[in-house]
Amino acid sequence: MSSAPLLEIEDLKVHFTTDEGVVKAVDGLSLEVREGEMLGIVGESGSGKSVANMTILGLTRASNADITGRITFEGEDLLEMDDETLQRIRGNGISMIFQDPLSALHPFFKIGSQLVEAIQIHQDLDDGAARAHAIDLLERVGIPDAERRMGEYPHEFSGGMRQRVMIAMALTNDPKLLIADEPTTALDVTTQAQILRLIERLRKELGMAVIMITHDLGVIAEVADRVMVMYAGEVVEAGTLDQIFYDPQHPYTWGLLGSLTRVDQPRLARLAQIAGQPPSLINPPSGCHFRNRCPHEFAKCTEHPRLEQRAEGGGHSDRCWLPPDRKQELRVVSTGEIGLEAKEPAA
Amino acid sequence: MSGTTEASTVPSGEEIAGEDPILVVDHLVKHFPIKAGILIDRQIGAVQAVDDVSFAVNRGETLGLVGESGCGKSTLARSILQLIEPTSGSVRFEGREIAGLGRRQSRELRADMQMVFQDPYASLNPRKRIAQIVGDPMVMHGIVKRDEAKGVVQDLLETVGLNPEHYNRFPHEFSGGQRQRIGIARALGLRPKLIIADEPVSALDVSIQAQIINLLEDLQDEYRLTFIFVAHDLSVVRHVADRIAVMYLGKIVEIGPAEAVYNTPIHPYTHALLSAVPIPDPRANAARKQVVLEGDVPSPANPPPACRFHTRCPRATEICSQEEPPLIDHGNDHYAACHHPLDRD
Repeated sequence: MSSAPLLEIEDLKVHFTTDEGVVKAVDGLSLEVREGEMLGIVGESGSGKSVANMTILGLTRASNADITGRITFEGEDLLEMDDETLQRIRGNGISMIFQDPLSALHPFFKIGSQLVEAIQIHQDLDDGAARAHAIDLLERVGIPDAERRMGEYPHEFSGGMRQRVMIAMALTNDPKLLIADEPTTALDVTTQAQILRLIERLRKELGMAVIMITHDLGVIAEVADRVMVMYAGEVVEAGTLDQIFYDPQHPYTWGLLGSLTRVDQPRLARLAQIAGQPPSLINPPSGCHFRNRCPHEFAKCTEHPRLEQRAEGGGHSDRCWLPPDRKQELRVVSTGEIGLEAKEPAA
Repeated sequence: MSGTTEASTVPSGEEIAGEDPILVVDHLVKHFPIKAGILIDRQIGAVQAVDDVSFAVNRGETLGLVGESGCGKSTLARSILQLIEPTSGSVRFEGREIAGLGRRQSRELRADMQMVFQDPYASLNPRKRIAQIVGDPMVMHGIVKRDEAKGVVQDLLETVGLNPEHYNRFPHEFSGGQRQRIGIARALGLRPKLIIADEPVSALDVSIQAQIINLLEDLQDEYRLTFIFVAHDLSVVRHVADRIAVMYLGKIVEIGPAEAVYNTPIHPYTHALLSAVPIPDPRANAARKQVVLEGDVPSPANPPPACRFHTRCPRATEICSQEEPPLIDHGNDHYAACHHPLDRD
């Protein structure tokens, strides 16, 4: 393990100019991904989590996009690269899988030929060798009878099997980093469990790092090592899995944890809810972006808080002005009893 | 295979009911024919979307209807509302048979039974204003006169937590959560007794989901509504359902009081569904033993014989592929159809 992070993002801003104004989809994001670790990014629609990760792969380069900051992957700045050089990284060093595997596969071509094509773009293999590699990949992601299924079309695969094909395609060149953007959101729960297991197994086998983007804190709890919570284009809290779940510092994180229903807990009289709507990214509230929905707003909140270490315990930062001891008093009240106290199985 | 009741392994709906059923579904079957042939259609098979389903819903309660994609839960919901004509079986609403009623006769029933849909973007006509979307059904059913509609619509908007001044806006001016509130207001306007909510929160963000769930619960208390809440996993219905029915490949495999189904599931499929839901608590997650089902759900056009779950069931033995397990009461109105029920203490 080297000490330098595999991927480092510094003060990334992705702003889109639209007719209505400038949409600040990502506004000052910094993060690090180390080799082999799984970073979970949670956030709701419009929090900027997908845009940030698409920007890593240059997928947001558009005439109306204004991208600033630095994205360093293995020492190279991806934002500085031209499209051709970036293409070398895409699929080689960094791969991505998406929420909807059906729209990511071409309906007219057989699974086998799509895989072979993906392999041959990056590797100088003849058809036979590429085909053998493709079959090997399908087997590795748990597709039974891989050789026969190479000759089938995407519509003949179930949703879970399609996502396995996408993962196989992402693995063609042994990437160091896999970006998984809501990979299980379109799947049934039992299939989701299979796919999460698969990603976890491959991560260990191949030693690759994973950025898992999801709106589901349950998925995060199962797989992530570290967590970042995004809201309105910026990270509002970042920490280890345990810090986020058992010592959350930001009221938005409390709200997210509190609004979840848990199958392993008795029915609550009422779910804690976050009032109001997520803000417009064109014109977010000045100061803390969450303050208009936050029950604990006070005078200081009109100033924009930096993402910094405020609580005890290393590697835990947040954007909330409340003093740490005050947070400890408040958060139990606002989150009810869910997800905050470490629940002993017996209790 | 037809859905005749002679050799049924399922009790009648009344049996599974409690004291005061508002809706009784008896041996309901919906098969969609699979046709082939260029000039003359021949039926070569059937998708057995709903196959011999019985249950009842008591007045004022919420029944959670849970199952994965393709299990037939949406077809069941639509067959109850007569949006799809059932192949056979009976649906009785307040004691009255409604299966097979003509369009005209089922119209008045429509007001009593309303539906809230999953996709708040597709279920509101983009070219109509909120006043029309919510008001027109009320006028059509003779609940209000056209000139009184505006005030009633505004009251309804307020009830569901929207600004009454927005009655003149179009759907695109609202967010997903707000649109779902409009869909609820539309359903509520007809003063229904039963609301079938088909995955009403799955398209919404987590923070908005809690708002809608809380709203539905408030409305239930206020108007003494009965709910059937359709969901694809067991976590969402945790906080709304009094009873839970779990479907797999067109059949109810387990139905019972919510606490019992969550705490002591009987059917291995229910257990697997419960254990597949990720718990937002890393330590509890690590502590539990998870059952991960292998493979995919088989096709409902060609379901496995006998117990339909036996191809994926960790407890399956020979009998499971030979005899269909009957849906029987394991005590306290907790029914399950399994040859090898999970340990009962």
